[in-house]
Amino acid sequence: MGNKAKFNLYSIPYFLWIVFFVIAPILLVLYYSLFDIDGNFSLVNYKNFFTPVYLMMTLNSFWYAFLITFFSLLFAYPTAYLLTKTKHKQLWLLLIIVPSWINLLLKAYAFLGIFGTYGAANKFLETIGIGSKQILFTDFSFIFVSVYIFIPFMILPIFNALNKLNPTFMDAANDLGASTWTTFRRVIFPLTLDGVKSGCQVVFIPALSLFMLTRLISGNRVITLGTAIEQHFLVIQDWGMGSTIAVFLIIFMFLIMALTGARKRGV
Amino acid sequence: MKKKLSPVSSLFLVLIFFILYAPIFFLIFYSFNSGGTMFNFESFTLDWYRELFGDTRLLIIVLNTLVIALLSALISTIIGVIGALYIHSVKKRQTKSTFLSLNSVLIVSPDVIIGASFLILFTMAGIKLGFYSVLLAHIAFSVPIVVLMVLPKLMEMSPTYIDAARDLGASSIGVLTKVILPYITPGIFAGFFMALTYSLDDFAVTFFVTGNGFSTLSVEIYSLARRGVSLNINALSSLLFLFTVILVVGYYFITKRSTKSGGMGVRK
Repeated sequence: MGNKAKFNLYSIPYFLWIVFFVIAPILLVLYYSLFDIDGNFSLVNYKNFFTPVYLMMTLNSFWYAFLITFFSLLFAYPTAYLLTKTKHKQLWLLLIIVPSWINLLLKAYAFLGIFGTYGAANKFLETIGIGSKQILFTDFSFIFVSVYIFIPFMILPIFNALNKLNPTFMDAANDLGASTWTTFRRVIFPLTLDGVKSGCQVVFIPALSLFMLTRLISGNRVITLGTAIEQHFLVIQDWGMGSTIAVFLIIFMFLIMALTGARKRGV
Repeated sequence: MKKKLSPVSSLFLVLIFFILYAPIFFLIFYSFNSGGTMFNFESFTLDWYRELFGDTRLLIIVLNTLVIALLSALISTIIGVIGALYIHSVKKRQTKSTFLSLNSVLIVSPDVIIGASFLILFTMAGIKLGFYSVLLAHIAFSVPIVVLMVLPKLMEMSPTYIDAARDLGASSIGVLTKVILPYITPGIFAGFFMALTYSLDDFAVTFFVTGNGFSTLSVEIYSLARRGVSLNINALSSLLFLFTVILVVGYYFITKRSTKSGGMGVRK
């Protein structure tokens, strides 16, 4: 206890970081959301947010984020499950994670080539007799690429949850006559729910705010909350409205965290 | 437990791995295409690499990116370690969890929010957008991940070590440098590494706070990609892929050596 004061002195850089880069930015966004485009104090931005244009956009953004999260989970869970059954599972997990360290832009760029009019995907469709289609700039390509980018973040927490699972539970369920499906539904899934929740959290929130993919892959057809913020800040230069959307995005973020927040004690 | 995977399961895994890696190898494959497109492989060429190394502007951008990454990782590691030590020293549960929540704000915030709010911050503070604004932003979003990498190490350290050191007459500084820091070194390395990859990979935040004259690799790739396919980017991506693999392997061995269960993290 006696060394408390000394630690405080050391800790000044960290406090400065909290004040200037955690608290101040949030307050500034809040502050800016109260000014209209001409710099006058008003609540017009909030009024505008509740017009059909912005509400539709929000709804749309949520719908896409939901789809992205859903498909990520759909593919991530079996992958994580099967990974825990392999030999050298840590190595395989590492191989799942490696693509997530490749620059995001490059992955998006790769799909420009693959999904292009003459790209590999269309070649494949022609070979199997479906014929070439417009793939780039559709909802499908947007969701596919987003799932591609986010799936490692979904696999990791689920893998960790499954990995911690005590195998004797499964044996017990088996011994008591549960079928594989029942064991999964009643034992495995509930016990790994925390992993699923944190996976959904780390996918859903970024999916709400994607803005680079919407431009590159969906050709501005999909407008998410992130795209709208970027547009208002960097293109229209209406920081007030941009901040207002950001305020709502922050609110949604806290709601989602509260909803999926599996509070564990400690860290 | 030691059952073999059924063929269907194996096929599923193979498919997932194929889909995960195909785009990357697709990019690398076409970086050797003399045809100039990503669909018609004409013949093998190294022209794109030659062009890449001849492009001084791009090389300067690569250098910028590396300098930003190394500096921001270094500074954020220092601040992060300090933060972890402080949070660990807090005894009251309430205060501790407040700090932990404040700490994780920047981890869970979407990049767009971080970018937009930092843009406002830097404009208000009168910091010119460019090298320093990007550096500050990168330091800021890397600090919390360092804290989260170091904190578990501090928590698993038995307090008896510190008591023993004290009893043997060590000063506070001595305890810190001779006992605590050596113990948490793996966590510090992991934090530094994560900060490095955060910085190298970041696009959204940088995109907001970078001015006209300054660019990092991600921002540059974005503006190139918006203009369409150019195999320069492919060549660049092969080199970056190689670089990432080297980093990952290096990191893997560092954590493997220092801890039995090396905590692997994913980029945000």
